[in-house]
Amino acid sequence: MLGYLIRRVLAIIPVMLIVAIFVFLLLRLTPGDPAAVIAGDMATPQQLERIREAMGLNLPIHIQFITWMGSLLQGDLGVSLISGTPVTTMVYQRMFPTINIALLTIAIAVAIAVPMGVLAAWRHRSWVDYAVMSFSVLGFSVPVFVIGYLFILVFSITFGWLPVQGYAAPAERGFGEFLYRAILPALTLATIYIALIARMTRASMLEVLGEDYIRTARAKGVKESRVLFRHALRNAAVPILTVIGTGFALLISGVVVTESVFNIPGVGRLTVDAILARDYPVIQAMILITSGVYVLVNLIIDISYTIFDPRIRY
Amino acid sequence: MSNYAPPSSAMQSVLSLFSIRSMAKLGIGPLIAAAVLTMIVIVTLLSPWLAPYDPLAMQTMNRLQGPSAEHLLGTDPFGRDLYSRVLIGGRVSLLIGIGAAVVSVFIGLIIGLIAGFFRLADTIIMRIMDSLMAIPSILLAIALVALNGPSITSVIMAITIPEIPRVVRLVRSVVLTAREEPYVEAAIALGSSMPKVLFQHLMPNTMAPLIVQGTYILASAILTEAILSFLGAGVSTEIPTWGNIMAEGRQYFRIKPELILWPGLMLSLCILAINLLGDTARDLLDPRLKKRGD
Repeated sequence: MLGYLIRRVLAIIPVMLIVAIFVFLLLRLTPGDPAAVIAGDMATPQQLERIREAMGLNLPIHIQFITWMGSLLQGDLGVSLISGTPVTTMVYQRMFPTINIALLTIAIAVAIAVPMGVLAAWRHRSWVDYAVMSFSVLGFSVPVFVIGYLFILVFSITFGWLPVQGYAAPAERGFGEFLYRAILPALTLATIYIALIARMTRASMLEVLGEDYIRTARAKGVKESRVLFRHALRNAAVPILTVIGTGFALLISGVVVTESVFNIPGVGRLTVDAILARDYPVIQAMILITSGVYVLVNLIIDISYTIFDPRIRY
Repeated sequence: MSNYAPPSSAMQSVLSLFSIRSMAKLGIGPLIAAAVLTMIVIVTLLSPWLAPYDPLAMQTMNRLQGPSAEHLLGTDPFGRDLYSRVLIGGRVSLLIGIGAAVVSVFIGLIIGLIAGFFRLADTIIMRIMDSLMAIPSILLAIALVALNGPSITSVIMAITIPEIPRVVRLVRSVVLTAREEPYVEAAIALGSSMPKVLFQHLMPNTMAPLIVQGTYILASAILTEAILSFLGAGVSTEIPTWGNIMAEGRQYFRIKPELILWPGLMLSLCILAINLLGDTARDLLDPRLKKRGD
């Protein structure tokens, strides 16, 4: 187990190294002068020189890479070209709205999707099953911002139950206020995630429900809910967990869009604003951080398999 | 040598997609999906002739009007006819989607064949692909467009690059199993040239899964294009696309939600139809998956 853990953690290093190289080359391999790409068409020669200076673009490329990696390993992600603030500070200021809404989203998604999938598998080929499957296909197909605006139209504009936009920090303005403002963005983000998890739960449960030990459990008179959630769901958990991990990428993409729709001051907005302003140090840092988080989430999920399925031993 | 040609079952199953018997077995759902998609494609292709107005002609007197006999869906903040814009907008969106899907399948197929066939290349290629998959595709795509400019080619490229690893993985896994088949070993033993083994013996095996994957990539490419435009990192705002129309409608959503709802509906219908057809193709081409419960 320990050996596996160490190997699994070490396997992250080459992945992240290649991501870093890729992010580094992204700007340098762009046709034309990278400083001009960042500054836009209206830049003066002085501005170009200032950008080259700030990003070390006038140094040889391997020196640039070594310096950049060196400061990266010390936790220095560079300085924003526009505000002059260190990127780490910017991310720190913006990360809590995103983390809070992401956690709320995952909680909502799992709480809704897993029972949906279980129900669909339990009543296979009934109207419940078809309803769940239709929802799942729909959830995949309707773009996240269309869902967001539909929710705003229905819940905020037509009924006036919830605010159109904005965010409230739970630490400052209380959990109730946070929930009041975060529920629509979280539901929006959760839709595609629910579709994904419900579909996988259903498929995985269908496979498990055909097993002998389920028949045995039913035959000896175990309550049906216990059969479903204790005997079957636990054995169906590994593919569900995997899909929660791979779906995390969807969540990251969704965050970027949803924060723009609902005007939430999180890292998604930070990234989009940085990309549109060509604030390259921030772009580099955000791609690195989000990739790192994705890799880390999938690492945790890989390791947690053993908890849900003790048969898996490394 | 022809004795050792690969079984043509893969190609046959692809062709069987179009047989009448398999169509009848499927029921009504995929037929509706196919009909809807065909209609969207025809309408958007013919849009220059079907659209009642020039989608770029501004009539500032008629800003943000409601639906009327002259303007079926009303007008946008610049007084342009929303109906004409939605029709024409679909053309660029579909073009970019199809372009990105074709390019990523093609490049992914080549890289995947190489990775599956050559052990040494495999390790290196798959490491790179795993890393590429760790980068959130939307972020990568907007960064690429921001750096390369908002042209249609650059948007297609930006959507293509994040999709390639998924195709490579699929093709590689198919090749890895297929290369152990006796007919492939025989072909190698008989001295067939490497390109011949790759393209004539191994490649046909990848066709069925690639068609399924290609459909999903098409859906996701159309979606990504819309998201890019919506975030302001898509094709130039002078070109009407579904994403661009919605991006412009954001500010006016309270006054005129149709600016987002109509293009959004077309976009969703289109993606829904493609996804449904992808599911159908998967069930037809891979009966094993169907038995497992779907």
